[in-house]
Amino acid sequence: MAKYVGQRIKRTEDPRLIQGLGHYVDDVRLPDTLHVSFLRSMYAHARINGIDTSEASHAPGVLAVYTGKDVASKVGPVPCAAALPGLKVPDYRVLATDHVVFVGHPVAVVVATDKYSARDAIDLIMVDYEELPVVVDVEEAAKGGPLVYEEYGDNIAYKLTAGEGDINAALKSSDHVIKQRIVHQRLAPIAMEPRGVLARYFPGEQELTIWSSTQIPHLLRTQLALMIGMPENKLRVITPEVGGGFGSKLNVYAEEALLGWISMQLGKPVKWIETRRENIQATIHGRGQVGYVEIGCNNDGAITGLKYDVFADLGAYHQLLTPAIPTLTGLMLSGSYKIPAIQINVTGVFTNKMATDAYRGAGRPEATYVVERAVDLVAAELGVDTVDVRRKNFPGPDEFPFKTATGLFYDSGDYDAALKKALEMADYENLREEQKRAREQGRLIGIGVSTYVEICALGPSQAMPAGGWESATVRIEPTGKVTILTGASPHGQGQETSFAQLAADELGVDLNDVTVIHGDTSIVQYGIGTFGSRATAVGGTAVFMAIEKLKEKASKIAAHMLQADASNVLFKEGRFSKQAARAASVSETPAADIPVGQAPAGALPEPDSDGKHVTIQDVALAAHIAREIPPGSEPGLSATYFFEPTNFTFPFGTHIAVVEVDRETGDIKFLKYVAVDDCGKVINPMLVDGQVHGGIVQALGQAMYEEIVYDEQGQLVTGTLMDYAVPKAAMIPTLELERTETPSPVNPLGVKGVGEAGTIGATPAIVNAIVDALSPFGIRHLDMPVRPEAVWKIISAQA
Amino acid sequence: MKKQITLDVNGISHHSEVEPRLLLVHYIRDVLGLTGTHIGCETSICGACTIILDEQSVKSCTMFAVQADGAKVTTIEGMAVSGDLHPVQEGFWEKHGLQCGYCTPGMIMAAAQVLDRNPDPTEDEIRHGLEGNLCRCTGYQHIVEAVQYAAQKMKDQAATGD
Repeated sequence: MAKYVGQRIKRTEDPRLIQGLGHYVDDVRLPDTLHVSFLRSMYAHARINGIDTSEASHAPGVLAVYTGKDVASKVGPVPCAAALPGLKVPDYRVLATDHVVFVGHPVAVVVATDKYSARDAIDLIMVDYEELPVVVDVEEAAKGGPLVYEEYGDNIAYKLTAGEGDINAALKSSDHVIKQRIVHQRLAPIAMEPRGVLARYFPGEQELTIWSSTQIPHLLRTQLALMIGMPENKLRVITPEVGGGFGSKLNVYAEEALLGWISMQLGKPVKWIETRRENIQATIHGRGQVGYVEIGCNNDGAITGLKYDVFADLGAYHQLLTPAIPTLTGLMLSGSYKIPAIQINVTGVFTNKMATDAYRGAGRPEATYVVERAVDLVAAELGVDTVDVRRKNFPGPDEFPFKTATGLFYDSGDYDAALKKALEMADYENLREEQKRAREQGRLIGIGVSTYVEICALGPSQAMPAGGWESATVRIEPTGKVTILTGASPHGQGQETSFAQLAADELGVDLNDVTVIHGDTSIVQYGIGTFGSRATAVGGTAVFMAIEKLKEKASKIAAHMLQADASNVLFKEGRFSKQAARAASVSETPAADIPVGQAPAGALPEPDSDGKHVTIQDVALAAHIAREIPPGSEPGLSATYFFEPTNFTFPFGTHIAVVEVDRETGDIKFLKYVAVDDCGKVINPMLVDGQVHGGIVQALGQAMYEEIVYDEQGQLVTGTLMDYAVPKAAMIPTLELERTETPSPVNPLGVKGVGEAGTIGATPAIVNAIVDALSPFGIRHLDMPVRPEAVWKIISAQA
Repeated sequence: MKKQITLDVNGISHHSEVEPRLLLVHYIRDVLGLTGTHIGCETSICGACTIILDEQSVKSCTMFAVQADGAKVTTIEGMAVSGDLHPVQEGFWEKHGLQCGYCTPGMIMAAAQVLDRNPDPTEDEIRHGLEGNLCRCTGYQHIVEAVQYAAQKMKDQAATGD
């Protein structure tokens, strides 16, 4: 029986955070730090004919001003890791040289003794801009329109077709084909901590340390080494506390490289903390797709095929994964259904806007939204209950691994079990009756269902741009304390706690004796990072495997101490015991029900007085003193494991939203929200609930409030949090959560991942509910964000 | 043309000479070195910089340090008394009211103010009371539960005279 795994354990991260004692980048204070401020383009598209920095250079407190010309030959371009056939990759420099392509494009940088002086001097830089025609709308850009890059001759960055089955034949032979244009508006990730960088060069050692608010310290180190031209083993990236990422910090940004380079020029620490205005202008956006779905079905409700032609609004250049995001959309277009033929046709399009990239869900929310909306369109077309259409097309629990027409093998699932549980929680049948009665009274109640599946635990390396494994080192120090170094880079998900739970159970030690370290490339072995709901499923498995390896070594030392054969030593609840006769497996049990004693200090550990037991702490001390370990064996007690998953994992679930629309105002009120999620085995239910809550609310933001708006000139209209509507506490209904638990066969923990489930599953549930509420007006689709104004217009037009 | 100011921050009196345009939050973070108060938007929407100033919760990013001259300020660092967590801090820990922790100090200060004004709030009153503070991680549900936990704890403490 596990003592910690599966329990609602309070987080070990929290005491420092609730007392204001955590250290985010801006809280790291170094003496003599210089401060950096950026001049950014105020035009969406312009030629730079000249920059005059002379006045700024002489302003009080200013030490240096750099422009694109100063750094173009010193710092390499911002990298794109997505390799797609025929992809056009613009040369995106860390500072613009002669061409700006979006509002917020960095043009010059001021370094000063304090941030006020740096900001003051920005206003003294004179830039001679020559405005160029601007293209903002993705479909206009695809058709022609003004060109972002003259040299390409069009705005098409790439085209890609994927899927299996004869889609045209499938649609042609269907009883019904339903078409719908679907907009996935641009969103801003809005991590509450904006980005920030502190760089410190040590001229004597020729070493550079960069503190950055990132999700990927090691990948960032590799890329910065290449950009700055510094040996990777002289570069250290430290990720202190990170105030949220949601994909926006799964990237390599111009500012990170530039700060490192500036510190090398001036020999002093330099710091830049992004303002919120900069964050909305120049940190990646998410979504930004306009697509046309065609779904075929027969009269019995069977889905025959799905085609999705999509224009992906990439923005003006590629960040790390920009063009790859729509490929994830293509992978998930089968949803949780058996669809024999699927095709996606992606057109990646340049526009004069900030780059899009991975925002919580990253391409999968788009797919789920398309499929879950399309299923409702099928139900509406056939005049049947949406639940029946879903059930009709689910693969059964015995059909896993389930192969989709998008080329995936879903690992495990019981879609109907989650649906059934959610229907019970929502009291679905009565709800439909209530809805009918309410409509007779003129009230507009809507019920929205989403039966999603998502792809997590990214991923096998074969399917990733740069490694899909994760690493862990587990060591037991001479005093018996356990240290875990994880290559994942948690930033709020709570793995300092959940990995400690795992290790404490597996090693039979107290939870408080385990420390989890992450986010420092000079301390932690190379790792990939935290994104794509991978940290527990891939990184947690690496921890588990490293522990297995460590226990194997420990058992040999224990056997030596007990003067027994290793095959006669059993490990249980933190103690190695000599077995009388039978051989026992080292990893027979992960249990730990009894407290474990401390290793004796200052003396060679000895077996218990009966000579039959040693604790794992005894073994750790013996391994370090190394006088009584098996001859020829390696001293110390640590193990490192790099875990390569064989497949993705596929969490799933059912979300049901119930809303009421106010006829007079168009206001949308939640009556109920029910979510049943299946993320496989759960290590800490409290953390899983938190992930689901947060995910649902970000989905709700997309469904009803949030939208990045650029005007026709490419000016960012929603440039502050006064204009960009992040949901507030009073906008959110109380969420009722439940789970089913279908273990994943992909990893020994059976975990699947849960970081993005809410964001993926909830958006269509909410929009489906609003559309359902308005179905008496003949409405079958509405684009997001669905605001009261749009709803009111529909009602008042027909009243 | 720097100005002399005197502030009581977490029970300690500070005399400083500051530029009139220095924001209070920069004074707290950069002059006093109390980095628990965060900055998230500079437009007084997100509430990460919330502090208590003369018994009112205030967004310290939209106030000058000179405006706070003579005031009594409590920041997140002043909430725990001799190592004992404030009930609101305890609630956030118990109920998993934080993930990345960046909004948390401001959220705790705002929640403390909500309970100061209304020791027995309904869920709806808690949600409206926290409208000036954004959290992107938790979806607010566990924050609401944290405040409910704190309300109960404070009620229990008042009953026992603890």
